[in-house]
Amino acid sequence: MSRRLDGGDQGAEASAWPAPERGLSGELALAVYASETGTHLVRAPAGARYAAHVRVFDGGAYEQRLAAAGLRFVGRVAAAFPPMLRSIHDPPPGLFVRGSADAELLSRPAVAVVGARACSGYGAAVARRLARDLAAAGLVVVSGLARGIDAEAHRGVLDAGGTTVAVLGCGIDRDYPAAHRELAGRIAETGLIVSEYAPGVEPAPWRFPARNRIVAGLCAATVVVEARERSGALITADLALEEGREVFAVPGEITSSLSAGTNDLLKLGASPLTSAADVLSCFGIEAKPDVARVEGTAAKLLELLRESPASADELVRRAGLDAGEVARALVELELAGLAAAADGVYRAGK
Amino acid sequence: MLARAVTHALVGLEPRRVEVEAHIQDGVPAFAIVGLADKALNEARERVRSGIASAELEFPRRRVTVNLAPAELRKEGSGFDLPIALAVLAASRQVPRDELERHASVGELALDGRLRAVGGVLAVAEGARRMGLERLLCPSESAAEAALAGVQPIPVRHLADAVAYLRGELEPDPVLPVNGGAPVFVPDLADVRGQERARRALELAAVGGHNLLLGGPPGTGKTMLARRLPGILPPLEPEAALEVTRVHSVAGLLPPEHPLVEIAPFRAPHHSASTAAIVGGGPGLRPGEASLAHRGVLLLDELAEFARPSLEALRQPLEDGFVSIARAAGRVVFPARFQLVATMNLCPCGARGDPAAECTCSAQRLARYRDKLSRALLDRFDLVVAMPRPRAVELAAGPSEASEAVRGRVVAARERLALAAPRRTADADALLSRAVERLPLSGRGRARVARVAQTVAALADADEVLPEHVAEALAYRVPQELS
Repeated sequence: MSRRLDGGDQGAEASAWPAPERGLSGELALAVYASETGTHLVRAPAGARYAAHVRVFDGGAYEQRLAAAGLRFVGRVAAAFPPMLRSIHDPPPGLFVRGSADAELLSRPAVAVVGARACSGYGAAVARRLARDLAAAGLVVVSGLARGIDAEAHRGVLDAGGTTVAVLGCGIDRDYPAAHRELAGRIAETGLIVSEYAPGVEPAPWRFPARNRIVAGLCAATVVVEARERSGALITADLALEEGREVFAVPGEITSSLSAGTNDLLKLGASPLTSAADVLSCFGIEAKPDVARVEGTAAKLLELLRESPASADELVRRAGLDAGEVARALVELELAGLAAAADGVYRAGK
Repeated sequence: MLARAVTHALVGLEPRRVEVEAHIQDGVPAFAIVGLADKALNEARERVRSGIASAELEFPRRRVTVNLAPAELRKEGSGFDLPIALAVLAASRQVPRDELERHASVGELALDGRLRAVGGVLAVAEGARRMGLERLLCPSESAAEAALAGVQPIPVRHLADAVAYLRGELEPDPVLPVNGGAPVFVPDLADVRGQERARRALELAAVGGHNLLLGGPPGTGKTMLARRLPGILPPLEPEAALEVTRVHSVAGLLPPEHPLVEIAPFRAPHHSASTAAIVGGGPGLRPGEASLAHRGVLLLDELAEFARPSLEALRQPLEDGFVSIARAAGRVVFPARFQLVATMNLCPCGARGDPAAECTCSAQRLARYRDKLSRALLDRFDLVVAMPRPRAVELAAGPSEASEAVRGRVVAARERLALAAPRRTADADALLSRAVERLPLSGRGRARVARVAQTVAALADADEVLPEHVAEALAYRVPQELS
């Protein structure tokens, strides 16, 4: 506890680092050293090996090569380095950044939306809808570009035309998993992709928890959408709690193992999340009522979907319409962002 | 003494004229076949020898050489037995030579001299007609098939009949023109309960010839529905029927009584099938399942279980409508304009889309399963329907519409599409553009949606493609979780 109080005081923290590594090239040297040796370093290590690295490392040339590859480095002492992240107990020496947005984006009010990679249709629909609403309210949504919930969160933001930040657990030049290359490209168009790892670093299992501390560190609040027991998303939640950030969990069915982790979080005292308004209120933003309105068949189906999720065929029967009409109305709801489909089951958004 | 008979070898479906020359000279009795003959053809020596003896004719006790010209063309199969036997008999003056040269011939000999049917008679007959030969000696089972090519078939049951006919001692049996295809039992849509969306997609697929992918947990009727697609397709046009019959003839699949394939073929290879079995090829350069499904339906049940190379090999026929197989000796082209229908589970354990079960697949396992289907292959499905498991109440619903009623609508809509394809209104265009922005939809995906919208409009008997038609078409796009 005392450690966090110390860390919260930025003046004291800044002076905790020895002078020689201060300044941009010192942090870049440290970040590259940590990446290349695969070590988790907060400050410059003592010892000949690092000293030798600093002697031969040409920061200027390295930065030129970064720039040529469309990459940037934001050191820990730089003004653009997000203060929220600087204040965690083991901040990275700096962040490698890719994308067209200004690095200042990282300092804006942000929410982490994380969860299981093998998610259910429910989790995917909730993540997407939530991210869309948060982005529409002007918040930055941060996640880890992983499969499942992470990707849905990023997509939800892009749906709403918002900005999102993806934190990688591998070198900044890699898109991992490779299946998300296209998604990463779309994120970088308006948002940012960041990593503490220099180009060329392979993804490794132990790097993902380290990545999660950056996800949690960038955000004032973390939402866990779906997580099994012992899920990586719970690590993110723990890290957020340690830093005194707000943690939300999305309640799930008690019989679903995919919601075991989130339900445990709720038992431990995390705030239950039932709509984006829960998160927005802790940022002091008032949730705007949904502006999208639909009429006729679509409105009728939306009402049915609000009662319970249903397949298209169930709707055909319950609404007494033919399959073509139902298909048409469901697409209308999807385009209006009022419903989403996963594995053939449609769910209403909030 | 030299005599000549004419037949045709097949390169793919293409008949090539082959002259069977028999030469008899003095010397030690011997029988040799030259001219790039394969194993089955070389064994013709024994069949021809026995066949001639069984027909109570005389096999020359001198040196017999049979040459198959042109020599550089590879010849395969047993269809050369009859021309070889006749050429030998003509060379030994047991059959009039000039009469033989006016006929083409094809057929395999049994040891007792009877004739057995061989594959590809239709193509051989077409080759004969092109060479200006009007009559084809062929096994009596294949006579109806040969008649489809417009030549006069001379049905032969026994080698002795062929000899008697060529000597002018026997009138050939008349061959009745074929009418009416074989009665085929096609399962009916009335057997499927519920699944309204999938039924609707099936109907759209039948109208527009769209490729259809059905996804869902096991036991929801994916395969059952897919097997009912041929039953709602209209019968083949005469030209198409002949194309299909040609391919099926080469594969030896035609029933002798009703050789003309008049209904859309349906092929469902098992997922363990090799690439050669699916797209064709192999040592004998045979047409594959994709070609056998030409102008019909190719069902790939459990799509993700097929070997990836087999699936990727299907991309060419899906795009071009033919399979081209290159060999050192040359290139063979088989037609393969089929409609692809595929089914798959939504995950390896099969629980996805089933409210009563929980999926236990890990993220990697799920990703690996879905990665088996390349983006490029998925993009070729115009209609994708996820079929979640229906609840018991849905299965208790009343009887469903029968295939015949659906087929009526399909035929009417197809006629409408053939007459003039409906065009999109400006509003429909605007909706499509909005959808491309909001939904993950590739450029190819957009084009597919536009085509399906046209089909929806035709089925609704509309003059133009309206926004509502585009909206319905969008419901059948490749869903996020598969892309």
